[in-house]
Amino acid sequence: MNKKFGIREVVAAGIGTALFVVLTQVQIPLGFIPNTALQPRMAVLSFMAAIFGPLVGALIGFLGHALGDALFYGSIWWSWVIPELVVGCVIGLFAKKYAVREGGFNGKAIVRFNVVQIIANAAAWIVCAPVLDILVYAEPANKVFAQGFFAFLGNIIIIAILGTLLLAAYSGISGKNAALKKED
Amino acid sequence: MNKLLSYCEKDTWLHRLSGVTKLVFFLLWCLTSALTYDTRILLVMIVISAVLFAMSKTEWKQISTVFKFVMFFMIVNLCAIFMFSPYQGTAIYGSKTVLTGFLPGHDITREELFYLFNVLIKYFTVVPSVFIFLVTTDPSEFAASLNLVGIPYTIAYSVAIALRYIPDVQSDFTRIRNAQEARGIEMSGKARLHDRIKRTASILFPLLFSTMEHIETVSNAMELRGFGKKKKRTWYALKGLHRNDYLVLIGTVLFMAAAMIITYADGNRFWNPWI
Repeated sequence: MNKKFGIREVVAAGIGTALFVVLTQVQIPLGFIPNTALQPRMAVLSFMAAIFGPLVGALIGFLGHALGDALFYGSIWWSWVIPELVVGCVIGLFAKKYAVREGGFNGKAIVRFNVVQIIANAAAWIVCAPVLDILVYAEPANKVFAQGFFAFLGNIIIIAILGTLLLAAYSGISGKNAALKKED
Repeated sequence: MNKLLSYCEKDTWLHRLSGVTKLVFFLLWCLTSALTYDTRILLVMIVISAVLFAMSKTEWKQISTVFKFVMFFMIVNLCAIFMFSPYQGTAIYGSKTVLTGFLPGHDITREELFYLFNVLIKYFTVVPSVFIFLVTTDPSEFAASLNLVGIPYTIAYSVAIALRYIPDVQSDFTRIRNAQEARGIEMSGKARLHDRIKRTASILFPLLFSTMEHIETVSNAMELRGFGKKKKRTWYALKGLHRNDYLVLIGTVLFMAAAMIITYADGNRFWNPWI
């Protein structure tokens, strides 16, 4: 179900992107590191990826970040758009394991989800983003690694708190309705 | 709501160009601006984008809020580069001319200022092109043209849905935030981190769950109409490529090639005025 890009996935990627873009304006600043803040939109990205799979996650990350940057900041930092795609994709790869739709998002699944999200964010913000910043924009290495590290920290915190809560709540609701749902 | 950049219908040659042309121009333009650090080319690019921007007849009030944001981020970013790496310019240009002392270990050098100037004008080459792209491209026509350049129509449709639903989700968001504020949850205050996350959650939960319902409704409606049954799809808003489109495409590719040749003529992407 997660591999194919059906109607529900098309719509989820579209509306999910819209939600991600709108939430760009909700930021909880981390402090003195520029352009880095706790981003509640990351929780939405992890939520969508965990439910609809890697392709939807990648699309929301990529389109959402590019559009959000363009609409709110008038400029697109491509070196931070690609890592967003990585996060969405990696979290989505294990969508089946979280069993959110089936109402099984508890205990083990929560741990699994958080391990995956930490790995995904590490790959994206500690490796991918700074390297791209250096290669593409030739910015100083220590500055971009500091920025990347704080982005990593901010994102794992917000996903661990809000992402997990959102998924657990949704899993609770859809688990109760599961008996009435048509099997795929 | 009004601070979001959005498409504005006007009749200029830029508006009449196909979405594909503008997308290709925009992507190649970003790429060129990212790759080159040649001050001469960057200045030429600023002039070209300023001229194009004027031709798009965009009014200042359409972009003023976003422009202020960009300026703010740019200044913060430049300060950060200087604080973290005051001798990046020296490393790049291979000389060190101290103009004046500033903080311990943070002398202001001519090379660093020149490097920062380049970073600054790099942003200025891209910003107008983003504005032009966003205010002159009709979203549905854009989705159609994505399909035209070979992107599967399902993904093109996702893009169309995203652009279509941004205003809807935005108004949902405003409504939910106002409702929560009416219940006494202060959103904008200087509360502690923990409280701010809690408050954000009080918006996020209803917003996300209403979004999930939207997804159900829209995908049911599309399923009823047989979306995705055929391999191909035609588009109501599709614009073909015309003479101007080809001219712009050829011009963009030539410009990029020339810029790359000039930039890398001396072996690296930086232009050193002191040699």
